[in-house]
Amino acid sequence: MITVRKVDRRSFLKVGLGSAAGLTIGFALPESARLTAQTAGSRVFALNGYIHIGADDTVTLVLAKSEMGQGPMTALSQLLAEELECDWKRIHTEFAPVDPKLYGAMQGTFGSMSVRTGWDPMRKAGATAREMLLQAAAQKWGVDKSQCRAENGTVLNTANNQRLTFGALAEDAAKLPAPAGAPLKSPGDFKIIGKSLKRLDTPLKVNGTAKFGLDAKLPGMQYAVLARCPVFGGKVKSFDDTKAKAVPGVKQVVQISNGVAVIADNTWNAMEGRRALQIQWDEGALANLDSAGIRKMMADATEKPGAVARKVGDAPAALNTAGKKIEAVYEAPYLSHAPMEPMNCTADVRADGCDVYAATQIQTAAHQTAMQITGLSGDKVKIHTMFLGGGFGRRGGADFIQEAVEISKAVGIPVKLTWSREDDMTHDLYRPASYTKFTGALDAEGWPAVWHTRVACPSFAGMRNGVDFAAVQGIDDIEYGIPNIQVEYTKADPGIPTTYWRSVGYSQNTFFTESFLDELAAAGGKDPLEIRRRLLAKNPRMLAVVELAAEKANWGKPLPAGHARGIAVVNNIGSFNAQVAEISVEKGKLRVHRVVCAVDCGEVVNPQIVEAQIQSGIVYGLSAALKSGITIKNGRVEQQNFNQYEVLRIDEMPVVEVHIVPSHQAPGGIGEASTPSTAPAVANALFALTGKRVRKLPIRSEDLA
Amino acid sequence: MATIKFSLNGKAQSVDVSPQMPLLWVLRDTLGMTGTKFGCGMALCGACTVHLNGTAIRSCITPISTVAGKNVLTIEGLSPDSSHAVQKAWTELDVPQCGYCQSGQIMAAAALLGKKAKPTDADIDEVMRGNICRCGTYQGIRSAIHRASEILTASNGGSNKGGAA
Repeated sequence: MITVRKVDRRSFLKVGLGSAAGLTIGFALPESARLTAQTAGSRVFALNGYIHIGADDTVTLVLAKSEMGQGPMTALSQLLAEELECDWKRIHTEFAPVDPKLYGAMQGTFGSMSVRTGWDPMRKAGATAREMLLQAAAQKWGVDKSQCRAENGTVLNTANNQRLTFGALAEDAAKLPAPAGAPLKSPGDFKIIGKSLKRLDTPLKVNGTAKFGLDAKLPGMQYAVLARCPVFGGKVKSFDDTKAKAVPGVKQVVQISNGVAVIADNTWNAMEGRRALQIQWDEGALANLDSAGIRKMMADATEKPGAVARKVGDAPAALNTAGKKIEAVYEAPYLSHAPMEPMNCTADVRADGCDVYAATQIQTAAHQTAMQITGLSGDKVKIHTMFLGGGFGRRGGADFIQEAVEISKAVGIPVKLTWSREDDMTHDLYRPASYTKFTGALDAEGWPAVWHTRVACPSFAGMRNGVDFAAVQGIDDIEYGIPNIQVEYTKADPGIPTTYWRSVGYSQNTFFTESFLDELAAAGGKDPLEIRRRLLAKNPRMLAVVELAAEKANWGKPLPAGHARGIAVVNNIGSFNAQVAEISVEKGKLRVHRVVCAVDCGEVVNPQIVEAQIQSGIVYGLSAALKSGITIKNGRVEQQNFNQYEVLRIDEMPVVEVHIVPSHQAPGGIGEASTPSTAPAVANALFALTGKRVRKLPIRSEDLA
Repeated sequence: MATIKFSLNGKAQSVDVSPQMPLLWVLRDTLGMTGTKFGCGMALCGACTVHLNGTAIRSCITPISTVAGKNVLTIEGLSPDSSHAVQKAWTELDVPQCGYCQSGQIMAAAALLGKKAKPTDADIDEVMRGNICRCGTYQGIRSAIHRASEILTASNGGSNKGGAA
């Protein structure tokens, strides 16, 4: 029986960390089951909040980031190991507990921040620990520290070639004060950063041993599913659980704030019990909501001026005097995240404490949610981060954690709550729909002179001065040199729950802006590459990825008959990428043959992970461009499973080529970089092929001819 | 409730469960073998793929009663030490990202290679289109299947006729 060990902080060691890492206290974390097996009998010494070294030389790197495939487990380990000079083969990783002192007030993984925010502290933590190990060795040998060098998990006495392993020095090192200002390597001396080291999580993911949220198992645990109102905002009016309780294996039925939970001896029996439940719902205010009504609400919102998110020159005045105007309305649907692992959470609420095992992107939210429900203090509530079977923003929500904690509290035993795929798809926190109206005008030479945009979209990041920054991002920050720009926003929110979806506002807005720019190019008789070159002349990093993608894709060179190219570029999450898509339409079906992506993400920690993330984001973007959309009828999501909410499969996978611009600029993000530019590159290629402009996603068969 | 006997990863196994209970939940909840994943419950995504008498099946829609007397192979039993050609190729090319779908991908690929030692891209499309990966590791999966085919061919002295699973 595979169980998840309950872990508690075993001991505290005052280490007095250097202010460089921004930390004041380090502590020893418990060994994981895996580590325990390999370090039986050894003690673990904390050198700071990120590094523990066992007497057997095992180096444990503590990750305050969630691993959902984007690679922080490996990349952050590379940052630490580069400075620590440890043996890469002896590295183990553990997910950190919630600790605001060590890991910040919002401990979580979002915004493609792991490498960006880890670049300095991780290297400083490694360097600080290395200096402590060097000092410990120097004291042991009675020599000056300058005579000692750290390499491959040992400290070398350069005068006599004596060596001590990190494990032999760790206990003494942990007693030393942490030095301030430990020196960092210059990029020219990197041996680990910039190398495609193998992912540390791969061995666990090719043999079924990686433990995801859904794999948590506690002694005495039972299995729960929850019946939720199919209409957003609806509530339980009454229910009859007679038949549900008659299902073999069903133990209890309890009502919680989100619905009625069935608890059984296994997941299947709980699902069978839920099928037998009879519930009367009060469907609430949204019972008559449908997609047509939502669209009309948003369209109406664009009829009047909105709050101004950006103003350059005087676009309204320039439009009044402009000759030909180019007008277009762009639309994007609600989207589900649909990670392969449906939402789930295992909770064990007791009078004296609460343990939560979850695939979460925001540990702080999970912690606070569990504290609120249980009334326990923060130190009594432990969040155990599991591997995430995909996140894409969805696992920033704490709704599934709230439900599991409520159920465990109600029944007084450990409970694993599993969402079915249908639960996951119909009760997501969705990428919001958007309805956006563009008006542009050209100067006498046919170059864009006016860019006016009205965005109608729910607010999903928070309003400031009448503007939701996420709803307009990708529009209000366009970098094109156009003399008159105005971007307006009107909140239009029908009440569907929303949250961030990989690349957030850029996910729809870059499709809008990069398509509309192509419209302006066509209206002025300009080549799509030429217009970007000209309007990005003052932005060298944007321009460089455009040029590189165009060159690698042979822009302007002949293609096979029936093929065409489209280009798009985006600057998001501190990185820049341009994509050229090559497409054809065969037998009434759009085929994307090849996507060439040039990316500048600053300093690269692991090129293979960068390449994999670019591919990943393109596939995610292609699903949204070609396949997926959430529609609403009678207040309910119409799509239930992957037969109705289709996603890209391997037979439709284009060849993706990734070209990384060498750079020593500060690292940018990578997990969300490439998703925005894929749909517009494909839609622009379709225009080049057919002359037909797609202004609404997903692209439908009637858009193809 | 019924007692169902079958072979699981080469060992005799007996479970006492509802005969309609899908193999997936028997593996995961009853037997604690969580390498096989739940993704959709309708045979649409392939995350739950295991082998039944050498053929890839979706365990989420396979009632345990239909497994009686047959051989079930899961990711845990594919090899004792990740040494199956598919696992080797997956490791060499660092295919997984989040990894959740990969048990199913690997089992589907192993079954494919068991039947066709040198699959074409079209063969790969036909079989592997049943397995969704939301991280988009498809390019890696395709390369790794070709690589696994090479590994198998080399280990069989260039005359591999199948039998990967």
